[in-house]
Amino acid sequence: MEICYYPGCTLKTQAKELDITARKAAELLGVTMTEIENWQCCGAVYPSAKREIASRLSAVRALEYAREHGGKLLTLCSACHNVIKRTNEDIKTDENFSRAANLYLGFETPYKGETKVLHYLEFLRDEVGFDTIKSKVVKPLNRKIAAYYGCLLLRPSKMMAFDNPENPSLIEKFIAALGGTPVSYAFKNECCGAYLSVKNPELTKAKSRKILHSAAETGAEEIATVCPLCHYNLKENTCEDGAPKVIDLPALIVEALGGEEAEGGNV
Amino acid sequence: MTREERLENLREICGTNIYACMKCGKCSGRCPANVQPHRFVSRLVRGRLEELLADEKAWDCLTCYACAERCPRGVSPVSVVEAVRKTQVCMKENNHISAEEIPPAVTEYTPQQLFVSVFRKYNG
Repeated sequence: MEICYYPGCTLKTQAKELDITARKAAELLGVTMTEIENWQCCGAVYPSAKREIASRLSAVRALEYAREHGGKLLTLCSACHNVIKRTNEDIKTDENFSRAANLYLGFETPYKGETKVLHYLEFLRDEVGFDTIKSKVVKPLNRKIAAYYGCLLLRPSKMMAFDNPENPSLIEKFIAALGGTPVSYAFKNECCGAYLSVKNPELTKAKSRKILHSAAETGAEEIATVCPLCHYNLKENTCEDGAPKVIDLPALIVEALGGEEAEGGNV
Repeated sequence: MTREERLENLREICGTNIYACMKCGKCSGRCPANVQPHRFVSRLVRGRLEELLADEKAWDCLTCYACAERCPRGVSPVSVVEAVRKTQVCMKENNHISAEEIPPAVTEYTPQQLFVSVFRKYNG
C-alpha cells in the first residue's frame, strides 16, 4: 500500500525522529509513505480570522498534488493536519476562498476539495486496522503510557472529526494494541501552551507541567504525542522526578513491532 | 477607516455570528490561558472598539479552540480574539514580536513550527 505523505517543516529538521519512526512503523505494517514533491511549510497555524488567502495556499497546493496522485493525503504533525484539513474544508464551503486560491495557483483542473486528508493515526486505524497491528507485535510495551492529544488533532471537532473532543480514545487504543497499558488522566486534551513559549514562557510552563503532573500521578512512564511542538513544550518543562518521558507515538509502534531504533531527532 | 467601519470590519473578519452569544460564560470557564473570550464577543456586539484594542489579553490566546468547542450557541470566540489581534497590529502599525526577540527563545531543540507560529499569529 502506498500513500502521499506531507511531512512539514519541523519533521524535516528538529523532529526528524518523528518522521523517521513513522515511516519505519508504516513499512513494518506494509505501508509506504511517499513524500509529495511540491510541499512547502503549511504555515503551522490556521488563520482563525477570515479573508486570509495567502497563508492557506501552500495547503491547497499539496492537496491538489495528492488529488492527482491517489486522492489521499497523509499528515503526521498535528499542526500540519489541522491547517491542511481545515483548508480542505474551506475550499469546499467558502466559494470566495476557493475561487481566489484556484485563480492564484492556476491548476489545469480547479481544485474543489476532492482529496481525503487523513492523519497518520486515522490511516493506520482505518486502512491497516488494530487486528493487523496486534498480530505483528513482537515486543509488547508492558508498561503504563499516557496518551496526549493536545488541541490541534481534536478541535474544532466539527471539522477535524478525529475523535470525541472531550474524551478522545484513539491513542489509548494504539497503546493497548501494542501491549501497553493506557492510563486515564485529566488533561489529555488540554493545550500544552503552544506558541506562547516565546512571549509568555511562564504560561506555557504552567500548562505543560499541569499535564505532566496529572499523567505522572497515574504512574505512567511515558507520555505519547504526535505533535513536535507539544513534544518540545512538555519536554522542556519537565522538572519533577518521576515525570513521564515524552515520546512520539510512532516510536512506540516501531519498538513493539521489533523495528530497530531510529537515529537522530529530538529524542 | 472610520470607527464604525473598523467595527464592521472586525465583525466581518471574525467570521462568526457574535449575536448568537447568550453570555453563559462557558468559553471563559474553559479557557486555559484566562483570556476571558466572552468579553471579546460581548464588546464587539456592543461596539466597544477602544476596549477591544486596548486589551492585552488577546495576546495570551493559544488558539486552542477550547472556547469554540464548548460554546452551546456555535459561536467561535477564538476567531473574535484573532480578529482583534489582527486589528491591533494593523492600527498600531506595529508587529507584536520582532526578530530580535527570537534568539533568546532558541534552544538546541526548538522546533521550527514554533517560530512560524509566532510570526503568523503576532505579526501583520
